[in-house]
Amino acid sequence: MDTNTEKQEYTITVYTENQVGLLNRIAIIFSRRKINVESLNTSPSEIDGIHRFTIVIHESRSVVIKLVRQIEKQVEVLKTYFNTNDEIVWQELALYKVLSEEITERVKVERLLREFGARAIAIRKDFIVFETTGHREETNKLMKALEPFGLVEFVRSARVAIIKESSGFHEKLKDFENREPSEEVIENEYLGKREAVFTM
Amino acid sequence: METIIAKTTEEKVAAKIAPITLTGSQAVLEACIAEGADTIFGYPGGAIMPIYDALYDYNDKLKHILVRHEQGGIHAGQGYARTSGKVGVVFATSGPGATNLVTGLADAMIDSTPLVCITGQVFAHLLGTDAFQETDIINITMPVTKWNYQITDATEIPGILAKAFYLARSGRPGPVLIDITKNAQIQSFNYEGYTPCNHIRSYRPKPVIRKNFIDEAVALINNAKKPLVIFGQGVILGKAESEFKKFIEKSGMPAAWTILGLSALPTDHPQNVGMLGMHGNYGPNVLTNECDVLIAVGMRFDDRVTGRLDKYAKQAKVIHLDIDPSEIDKNVKADVGVWGDCKETLPLLTLGIEQKDRSEWLQVFASYTQKEYDQCIKDEVYPATEEMTMGEVIRLVNETTLGNAVMVTDVGQHQMVTCRYAKFNESRSNVTSGGLGTMGFGLPAAIGAKFGAQDRTVIAVIGDGGIQMTIQELGTIMQTGVDVKIMILNNQFLGMVRQWQQLFNDKRYSFVDIQSPDYVMVAKAYGIEGAKISHRHELEAGIKTMLAHKGSYLLEVMVGKEHNVFPMVPQGCSVSEIRLK
Repeated sequence: MDTNTEKQEYTITVYTENQVGLLNRIAIIFSRRKINVESLNTSPSEIDGIHRFTIVIHESRSVVIKLVRQIEKQVEVLKTYFNTNDEIVWQELALYKVLSEEITERVKVERLLREFGARAIAIRKDFIVFETTGHREETNKLMKALEPFGLVEFVRSARVAIIKESSGFHEKLKDFENREPSEEVIENEYLGKREAVFTM
Repeated sequence: METIIAKTTEEKVAAKIAPITLTGSQAVLEACIAEGADTIFGYPGGAIMPIYDALYDYNDKLKHILVRHEQGGIHAGQGYARTSGKVGVVFATSGPGATNLVTGLADAMIDSTPLVCITGQVFAHLLGTDAFQETDIINITMPVTKWNYQITDATEIPGILAKAFYLARSGRPGPVLIDITKNAQIQSFNYEGYTPCNHIRSYRPKPVIRKNFIDEAVALINNAKKPLVIFGQGVILGKAESEFKKFIEKSGMPAAWTILGLSALPTDHPQNVGMLGMHGNYGPNVLTNECDVLIAVGMRFDDRVTGRLDKYAKQAKVIHLDIDPSEIDKNVKADVGVWGDCKETLPLLTLGIEQKDRSEWLQVFASYTQKEYDQCIKDEVYPATEEMTMGEVIRLVNETTLGNAVMVTDVGQHQMVTCRYAKFNESRSNVTSGGLGTMGFGLPAAIGAKFGAQDRTVIAVIGDGGIQMTIQELGTIMQTGVDVKIMILNNQFLGMVRQWQQLFNDKRYSFVDIQSPDYVMVAKAYGIEGAKISHRHELEAGIKTMLAHKGSYLLEVMVGKEHNVFPMVPQGCSVSEIRLK
């Protein structure tokens, strides 16, 4: 497979300052190029005051690299990484609301909980809310299983991901605060692998 | 805030003064003064009234130029920034005032022009209520600004403006917009002095130079038989004109320019081989596809320069010098990407490269120049026809100015002709809208260019289409008495579109037949002298009169209606498929 032109799922991790409007600045980098964002999550990071965006897109490597450079160009962005699925550990969370009478009478709740690793997080007379975490296929499975029993509501969160090789951002941040940071801070990780990366 | 404001103790001490009470508006003006902005282009309105009220007392320190439309204001700011090398400052009010800046912001963004635009905004408590003249200018301008920020509290003003000026001018320059709500302009606060910003932790203005890339580039250049240097505005923005000259002179390489790089190298430099791109010169275009090493300096491989990308310089090793890492490999894959400020990278390359004589290779360019002259240039600058040509007008201007004037152009055929034929001796002399191609840019940009270079002659070359887009700025000329020479090259058509319709749409001249008012009378109404030239025998004297005139002057020259700009690389063609006719 030619990774430069073949599309696949990439997870982009962006470390940023916490500033109003930055979400929009990052979002328009994608929308301007008519690239669909599959999932986008913002959260605090391992460092106080620094935010972490996790963005999932389905694109070719050469496009992802250009996007990453455009993201890094934004004034409030400290650092951007991009990874394929085998380079990260990730989870998504899903919630399912079903009617209690259906689920208690027709399906054994116990079986659902065990089989799908689900948890019941709200049990009421009229409805039950289940929760699962996992990869998309896993959360989809329970959705499929519940569909015949009248799934009232379903919602899935954005992906959150941990980069396997990353040693965190603490050391890098110190470097960023220096006036003359090291080469590593300034350059994108992929710079050394340019030959392998581009096909134009 | 700690991270925004410079932190070194000496600076803090130097800047610290006994706290005084200032309003937000006064703090804005203090920031402009501290940043060395001497001229502001602007237009007042409801939401920016407190700043204008404060400005009333700053008349001795800040010159404010009242424009006739905010678009005129921002283009003037751009012209000022281009000729002076300083940050252009523009004021506008909220709502329509702010949205009128958008074209200029987009133009400044794509042409990397340093600007700080201050817009007024409705009171903070009214944000999001669809208040009178409220518009979400932060989100509207997000894609066309390097950075923007909304201030709702006066205490933020010194720090944010310091950041704004720093961001506008550092790294790859660009426009910054600061939106200030009316309450913040009115609010009084304890002002502790102004500390310029020179570090933002999340912002890397220049990448670190890596020695291995310098070494690789040097090796490529030293082994090259037929190297070609192509340069853009990065040379001018980096104030690296002399470093650039030393670089090309040491190894005798031919150098060709993009229209924004124009004037960084004097026109008559023996290694200046001309203009790149769609209407560029024959030699540099064809030989881009024959050189063995292509060295791009501070340029971004715009599609108007490269033509068809998959047939662009495929035979050559490409060295790309740029301060903006996202430009490397964006359009053309570089074999060696030399990240960094060319003011620093060029001397490193010069140090390593060998002294070479490449007169044989330069001779190849000369032979192409000769061919282009015979088939194309000669008829344009010394026409045998009765109709006047744009090329001969520019030639006559050159003969009088000797290449010492600032040439400002609008967009279209006259722009291409001016860039092709105008002579330049010094840098920062060519002001044009390159990336965005903004018609209406010329007249206001010329006003700003003159304020940015007051001791120089400023000539605005504008078509009969573009002048009518911002003709209201004649009022700014009238009121300020600024000395701008306006040359309207009138071909009674929207000429560039007409040329394309002739060549590619079977001469279906769809809505390009534009009528003009009597420009000389219009100028007279604004108190500006002028003349119309309809015959060749009046032309030379007309140009001399214009240039000798004290104060602004409008010269309308009636040129041939259906002249085309050649050479031309038709859209979708490779640079080597350039047509001479």
